[in-house]
Amino acid sequence: MKPVPLTLRVNGEEQSIVFAPYKTLLEVLREDLNLTGTKHGCELGECGACAVLIDGEPQLSCLVLGLECEGRSVETVEGLAGATLHPLQAAFADLGAAQCGYCTPGILMTAKALLAHEPNPSRERIKEAISGNLCRCTGYQQIVEAIEEGARRIAK
Amino acid sequence: MKVLGKARRRVDGRAKVTGQTRFADDIVQPRMLHMKLLRSPHAHALIEEIEVAEAQGHPGVHLVLTGKDFPISYGILPVTQDEYPLAPQQVRYVGDPVAAVVAKDEQTATEALELVRVKYKVLPTISTPEEALQEVEPRSNARIHSYSERGNIHRLQAFEFAAEKGAVDTALGAADHVFEDLFFYEGNTHLPIEQHATVAALDADGKLTLWSATQVPHYVHRSLARVLQLSPSQIRVIATPNGGGFGGKCDVCNHEMVAGKAALVLGRPVKICLNREEVFYMHRGRHPVLMKFRTGVTKDGKLTGMHLQTLVDGGGYGSYGVASTFYTGALQTVTYHLPKYKFEAARVFTNKPPCGPKRGHGTPQPRFGQEIQLDKIAERLGIDPAELRLRNLVKANSLTANWLKVGSIGLEQCINAVVERSQWKRRFRKLGFGKGLGLACGSYLCGAGLPIYWNKMPQSGVQILIDRSGQVTVFCGATEIGQGSDDVLAAIVAEVLGIDPFEIRCVTGDTGITPVDLGSYSSRVTVMMGNAAIQAAEKLKKMIAEAAAEQLEIVPDKLGFANGQVSFDGKAVTFAEAVRFAEEKFGTLGAVGSYVPPRAPGRFKGAGVGPSPAYSYTACVVEAHVDPHTGWITVPKIWIAHDIGRTINPVLARGQVEGSVYMGLSEALMEESAFRRLPPKLSSALVHKMPSLLEYKSITSLDMPEMDTVLVEDPDPNCPFGAKEVGQGPLLPVMPAVANAIYDAVGVRIDELPITPDKVLKALHRKAAGEGGRVGPEHFPAVPYPEALIVPTPWDGGDGKEIKRNDAAAVV
Repeated sequence: MKPVPLTLRVNGEEQSIVFAPYKTLLEVLREDLNLTGTKHGCELGECGACAVLIDGEPQLSCLVLGLECEGRSVETVEGLAGATLHPLQAAFADLGAAQCGYCTPGILMTAKALLAHEPNPSRERIKEAISGNLCRCTGYQQIVEAIEEGARRIAK
Repeated sequence: MKVLGKARRRVDGRAKVTGQTRFADDIVQPRMLHMKLLRSPHAHALIEEIEVAEAQGHPGVHLVLTGKDFPISYGILPVTQDEYPLAPQQVRYVGDPVAAVVAKDEQTATEALELVRVKYKVLPTISTPEEALQEVEPRSNARIHSYSERGNIHRLQAFEFAAEKGAVDTALGAADHVFEDLFFYEGNTHLPIEQHATVAALDADGKLTLWSATQVPHYVHRSLARVLQLSPSQIRVIATPNGGGFGGKCDVCNHEMVAGKAALVLGRPVKICLNREEVFYMHRGRHPVLMKFRTGVTKDGKLTGMHLQTLVDGGGYGSYGVASTFYTGALQTVTYHLPKYKFEAARVFTNKPPCGPKRGHGTPQPRFGQEIQLDKIAERLGIDPAELRLRNLVKANSLTANWLKVGSIGLEQCINAVVERSQWKRRFRKLGFGKGLGLACGSYLCGAGLPIYWNKMPQSGVQILIDRSGQVTVFCGATEIGQGSDDVLAAIVAEVLGIDPFEIRCVTGDTGITPVDLGSYSSRVTVMMGNAAIQAAEKLKKMIAEAAAEQLEIVPDKLGFANGQVSFDGKAVTFAEAVRFAEEKFGTLGAVGSYVPPRAPGRFKGAGVGPSPAYSYTACVVEAHVDPHTGWITVPKIWIAHDIGRTINPVLARGQVEGSVYMGLSEALMEESAFRRLPPKLSSALVHKMPSLLEYKSITSLDMPEMDTVLVEDPDPNCPFGAKEVGQGPLLPVMPAVANAIYDAVGVRIDELPITPDKVLKALHRKAAGEGGRVGPEHFPAVPYPEALIVPTPWDGGDGKEIKRNDAAAVV
């Protein structure tokens, strides 16, 4: 398949690439833009590790074709921190929400989208929002607590 | 304690939340090629011919490898070197790799796989232990491995820990009550979210570097040297931080060997990342185990003896199986005192993905049976289940019937904690139909006492370099798999040197530049690496104290190291200043430390599995609600208390306990590696029923109950600052506690895992029909266990050795 051009915004910056058109957004991010912070656990939409924000909404990047992202805005874990960590990142690091850290980028992006819509979500709403993100390490409790703490830190 | 015991961010926390942690598949090299493996579609077959010319000629393909390219076998245990990187003649499970294609990208490699033509001769399939137990002709092609002890029985083991043969039967005969129960624990898998990945490349000097998602870089290094016939000095294995391990990355993998070979042949970097389906085939997960427990007990609830038989379904290769099989019986004695103990085990080969070590390695299965049986004993005897356990606890600093040395034991405090916090006494058997509480306990190793290959060298080494700026760099072969091994390493060195753990740089899991640590398995890292780190740090502390004392004109012993200062009584220098004085006095500052576990007292053949420097203990109460109309099980809350010896970082320790509870609950309620046979028109192969994350059910955030976690600190003298393991032990009591809670809720016994609603419903129907209200195995097949090795216990006057067969009669 012949490579095709693609222009999209990634973490606030315009990126123009020429890429193999069969690639998913996940592959475009990891392979063509070297943004390996976005992970994969199945490439079938089953684990949530590859979640990114497309125009602010959480999406599984393994189920989105790169071609579908022309002109759209994509946010990945690399876009969260500046000189300091995003409050959600800091809360995740402080409260043990990242053990191996592999599902973490997908959960952080999912949580960011949740807090954008609901700055002060209930515990049940948090559990619901991340129910498509599998984590094998934590048992989820410290993740839920870190999202609550992140919400508090953002509110300050 | 200045650092230990204080809740704080882990030292690698920032990397993990920014996506900067470099997992194996995140590594990209210039001119890198991509590899895919062709896997067998048959569960058992002979390879008659492999035709690779077409694949080799496919545009973009650089290399095709087959079994012919790998004449040398390997295996994690020296006694079972039974795997080849690519199967040369025989495939033993659906998914067994037979060929590899290296191409310019993954897409091209995948296309070319379809051009490799393999002609198979399909063989009879062994799908269950019952089939595996059947006699086969010595040269029959129904035999999966020719080296197995007998037909398809891989390994048979039998021990009787008592003064003479038959003593356990005699004890059971004399007991007030004998309980005989069958249990079955279905196999399941680790399911790390990170799929296995490896990158192999030649470095600038032409040496092979292999980055891999492995828990055991040292064993991968040894295996590469063997399989590729390279000098070990020409190999460097870098264990990238694992995106979850749980034992699934403890074995040496086919793709690691093949990627290494491809990089050598092509002189270019080669990457492979398994897809999720392939991770299910790689497996090495929990062994399915059928168990028969016969336990004697006095009327006041004292255990008098136990006879345990296990039948272990190993899958297609040896893997860790010989050790796993020993573990199905090794730790029954370290929780409750068993005066006499007989253990018989068999592992069989079947045509399924190989089983191996998963969190708890071989011990969760018998723990499940033992703790349910105790619940049954307690009920029959009218003793509270918590009280029954307290009456039988092993004593601290004692030897068990099978010669394991138990040090500290905080189980009594653990039981008391969960009993109190769950309001057990007020609520057990009193919640009404449909709701119940269940209690269970467990214990686990803090590191396997013996290395996998026999040697007298240290099991863990740590090297510390201190730069004149005060910067501390710690090197250790230990592998970060999410458990926080880098954090433990930094915390322990920081505690000794009185500095902030974030001042320390950890360089770990790299066989080219770090001292050997055997790997992240058997919950060994905190104890072994930790002790080695203390030794190295203390050497440096002594030098620094001596130099600083000269400057401050005081005695070195008086100096304290804390908060980045070296001080006594108002006189102080900063740590960095003290380091400068020490470098002036002693030259460049560096030290090494190493750790060899204490020699275990058992001397009998087979005594190598079970000994550990220390044992951790856990107690757990589960609340379960059962809908009697649907069988649906809800778990609203779990109370757990774990004897951790000493907590290094409470944030991480709690995470390990909760993660274990999660995984245990998931195994209890839904996880299973199930297989089915394809119809004849589709080859009749035995295939994995659910090799996907969607079909292999695991608990999500919505299903997780509230967890109440207590860390009990009973420091063990063999452990660094007294710290025991916390990564595996807390899983053990969860499954039986769930089963016991379901019994309390609706009065049915589910004696097998997973406990699914259909089984609960079936048991309820049986109960209503007067058929006893139990679902579980009904029959234990005849297993040709050998005559047991007789090992007199410490209280029989034994010396840790077995009685030789010919003089067994003389010793009465």
